Amino acid sequence: MTYDAGHYDVIVIGGGHAGCEAAFAAARRGAKTLMLTLNLDMLAFMPCNPSIGGPAKGVVVREIDALGGLMGKVIDKTYIQMRMLNTGKGPAVRALRAQADKPLYIQEMKSILENEKKLTLRQAMVEKLIVENGECKGVITETKAAYYAESVIITTGTFMRGRVIIGDLSYESGPNNQRASVKLSEHLEELGFDLVRFKTGTPPRVNSHTVDYSKTEIQPGDDDPKHFSYETKDAILDQIPCWLTYTNEFTHKVIDENLALSAMYSGMIKGTGPRYCPSIEDKVVRFNDKPRHQIFLEPEGRNTEEIYVQGLSTSMPEFVQREMLRTIPGLENSEIMRAGYAIEYDSVVPTQLWPTLEVKNIPGLFTAGQINGTSGYEEAAGQGLMAGINAASKALNKESFILNRSQAYIGVLIDDLVTKGTNEPYRLLTSRAEYRLLLRHDNADIRLTEIGYNLGMIGEERYRSFLEKNRLVGEEKLRLTDVMLKPTDEVQKIIEEAGGTALKEAVRAVDLLKRPEMKYEMIEKLTPATLDLTWDVKEQVEIQIKYQGYIDKSNQQVERMQKMENKVIPDNIDYDDIGGIATEAKQKLKKVRPLSVGQASRISGVNPSDVSILLVYIEQGKIARVSNEY
Amino acid sequence: MDTDTITAISTPIGEGAIAIVRLSGPEAVKISNKLFQGNDLTSVNSHTIHYGKIIDPSTSEVAEEVMVTIMRGPRTFTREDVVEINCHGGLASVNRLLELVLAEGARLAEPGEFTKRAFLNGRIDLSQAEAVMDLIRAKTDKAMNVALKQMDGRLSKLIQSLRQELLETVAHVEVNIDYPEYDDVEEMTLEMMVKKTNQVYVEIERLLQMAKQGKILREGISTAIIGRPNVGKSSLMNALVHENKAIVTDIPGTTRDAIEEYVNIRGVPLRLVDTAGIRETEDIVERIGVEKSRQVLKESDLILLVLNYGEELTKEDLNLFKVVEDLDIIVIVNKTDLDQKIDIDKIKHYANGRPVITTALIEEVGIDALETAIADTFFAGELDVGDLTYVSNVRHIQLLKQALQSLTDAINGIEDKMPIDLVQIDVTRTWELLGEIVGDTVQESLIDQLFSQFCLGK
Repeated sequence: MTYDAGHYDVIVIGGGHAGCEAAFAAARRGAKTLMLTLNLDMLAFMPCNPSIGGPAKGVVVREIDALGGLMGKVIDKTYIQMRMLNTGKGPAVRALRAQADKPLYIQEMKSILENEKKLTLRQAMVEKLIVENGECKGVITETKAAYYAESVIITTGTFMRGRVIIGDLSYESGPNNQRASVKLSEHLEELGFDLVRFKTGTPPRVNSHTVDYSKTEIQPGDDDPKHFSYETKDAILDQIPCWLTYTNEFTHKVIDENLALSAMYSGMIKGTGPRYCPSIEDKVVRFNDKPRHQIFLEPEGRNTEEIYVQGLSTSMPEFVQREMLRTIPGLENSEIMRAGYAIEYDSVVPTQLWPTLEVKNIPGLFTAGQINGTSGYEEAAGQGLMAGINAASKALNKESFILNRSQAYIGVLIDDLVTKGTNEPYRLLTSRAEYRLLLRHDNADIRLTEIGYNLGMIGEERYRSFLEKNRLVGEEKLRLTDVMLKPTDEVQKIIEEAGGTALKEAVRAVDLLKRPEMKYEMIEKLTPATLDLTWDVKEQVEIQIKYQGYIDKSNQQVERMQKMENKVIPDNIDYDDIGGIATEAKQKLKKVRPLSVGQASRISGVNPSDVSILLVYIEQGKIARVSNEY
Repeated sequence: MDTDTITAISTPIGEGAIAIVRLSGPEAVKISNKLFQGNDLTSVNSHTIHYGKIIDPSTSEVAEEVMVTIMRGPRTFTREDVVEINCHGGLASVNRLLELVLAEGARLAEPGEFTKRAFLNGRIDLSQAEAVMDLIRAKTDKAMNVALKQMDGRLSKLIQSLRQELLETVAHVEVNIDYPEYDDVEEMTLEMMVKKTNQVYVEIERLLQMAKQGKILREGISTAIIGRPNVGKSSLMNALVHENKAIVTDIPGTTRDAIEEYVNIRGVPLRLVDTAGIRETEDIVERIGVEKSRQVLKESDLILLVLNYGEELTKEDLNLFKVVEDLDIIVIVNKTDLDQKIDIDKIKHYANGRPVITTALIEEVGIDALETAIADTFFAGELDVGDLTYVSNVRHIQLLKQALQSLTDAINGIEDKMPIDLVQIDVTRTWELLGEIVGDTVQESLIDQLFSQFCLGK
């Protein structure tokens, strides 16, 4: 027997990176929200590497922030090191990455969620969904509490039928020996869900006192750290370095000799692992000509001695892990604090979802995060945010919200998942975005703050300061268009110092800035702005002027594609009724049920001619206007 | 809903008396007018037809004599502005016309796209909807079959290898971006990039060059007939044409007009050119010298050098040999009905391995041997016909041109010292365009390449 434990607008199952963003977003959007999680001490826990951001992922964190989410704010308060990557490349691929303090991150996140007015946190194991007339109406916990809600979001990560594997040892478990969620997974299968088995893994952690750092290379943070959140003002200057070392022939020999004991190679692991995050045994086998592989030693926090051995992810037995470590410079005497392990888990085939992350066949139910076949904290958080917004919208009868591929990496991520599915744990890469130049980390606020404000996720003050920044950027660009720079000695000197060719006649400041060697700071010396501009305004002015040609080209591409995106496919369309569409395409269309012709065109197996036919079919409504004049 | 102007050849592919290139869209009239010499098409009445000439804007030469029909929307098939350009049938001329239209900014229509537009703009009634969809499917299948058939195995192989080259380059840049700390690969620099792009650029340019040559082949091997006056050049032409087109007399210099004839010699199409310039070749040689005459004759794909059997080799003859040194020639020693005064061995020496045929053209003797020699010259591969036929599909050529353009953008970006990840956008675009030629545009293959080429972790 169950008891009625309460009624909510939105229930979030799980308190990882997806769950935290989902619960917070739903509450901010105005929904009375309940989060149910297995262990309240593990909110937003990082079971794998202690870092957030990096190429593509770092942009997602900024996008989350521009939409009013938490990840950027929390990491900005708790990082032990911050680095801007790809500084030698173009503005589109610069990326911020932070080393996180794992325990502090949890505390900070928990404190924010605890103080969110419309959000209730509760420790519980959900076993079942309440589904009435095909719609999700609530959840039932193992303690027989029945909670009711208009929308339910599942964000159970790698917990569903999780199984940890170390060598020939295998046991039912979530990450880091937390309880696995078994009954919920079985229940989803009963409800008709299509599940797949994925695998991921982590390396061993060693005690810092047993590491000889003198044999490694130091990897310090930036002196002038930038931040993820547009609200962060204060930098953490007391940063902690990471360290770099390498495997060698002896490491590889240990792996070769014990390969049969690796769960990966013994056949114990059935799940599909990610190619971009291979185990060390995988690297050695697949790239056996490489004499060495990089190993990064990353502290897990300020107040802990645990060191994450990045690059040594493995499913080898514990004694082999120990032997491997001893071959690596700096780690000869290292002591393992936690052994590395592989983890297998159930995930939902994401083509079963609408782009709102609502389950097509069970209205009211949403899934977000690693359960949808992704990997990575940022990918999970981005989905969580979107699911939270949409679940709340549904409960409150507000409009649903979808980001498209030209608006955000989050849009690329979700569109890829629900349109193409994935046959390995999905990671965002910059190459997955066709409009990479538009989806920069520096302009996430310009792309999304307005949207966040309209969703009720961004406060007045922040919105006003965003508008002010935009205004200043616009005015400064205009000013530089008007200012003429004459070939004076001062001008020529600055150009010469930058390595450029001297001016023959006067030029507009904007044109001088377009020269590859010129930077805004040089132009600024020649013609100072009338107002005191902040660095981010200057950065924006420089990027928008210097790369205008490329940006324009990307915008044209978007425009062309937008016409297809705007063609809505009616939700009652009967693909069987359309003659001429190839059988394979028809099957795919029936499964994915794309919302727009643009989305349909991205389904693999749907050819341009199928799209044309689809377009013609949809446009039949216009036929009423037929006339015979010719 | 469509804002661009599409075009296609709307008559069946093959030899017909007249072929039509059709344009539809907002720019249809403007584009046609830019190429048209005659009435100002932008100001003529709708549903009228106009005689005039199509001018190639790049050379200002007359490309075609045409009739142009102007039909303004909405009283047209597609309800958009429609222009139909009627030109002489024949693949060569209609393709040339299509290319000019494309160069002016029209886009090559997708299969069935005119019908699709007609439908989307409400021209066709409900009962026809099903038929339209079948038509798109059928046309697409057919177009694909045709395109695939037209695609030489070597072309597809070459394109694939160019794509692979670009893909590796792109993957290299990607790995630098997505895994900035990965130290096993050196940072791709603009210098490295420019090498790669230049390589591919040269290859695509060569393909387009060959496409041009392929066109020449379809239009006919341009064949020049040279020789001193009264050696039988016109007789040769007549013999090949089997028709008295040129005036044949014994009086030197009686061939007056520039004449062009198309003949099919055992499957090899020849375009015989007997122009005033070539008729007086010996004058040219005297006037402008051997080297410049060579340049003029180099324009021809094949040169038939005619000598007189009844006269000794003259200084002019020897000059002609010098002019055609290393060019594709067939030496024809004509008038074997006269007493032999010419030294055949000497001729063979000057011919330097190239064919020497003896004929009496007035008596129709030796024509068969000549035709065999012409066919052999081609099929023996000395003109490398195999290479010439590489790219003939207009869609392929158009895509190659676009690929070359985006590669040019990439190279310009490199020269402007743009960041490599921006340059790479254009390189990726090139890769995609080449992919459209071989029917492969799956983005996933880049990610596959990334993970098979590099051992990535962090």
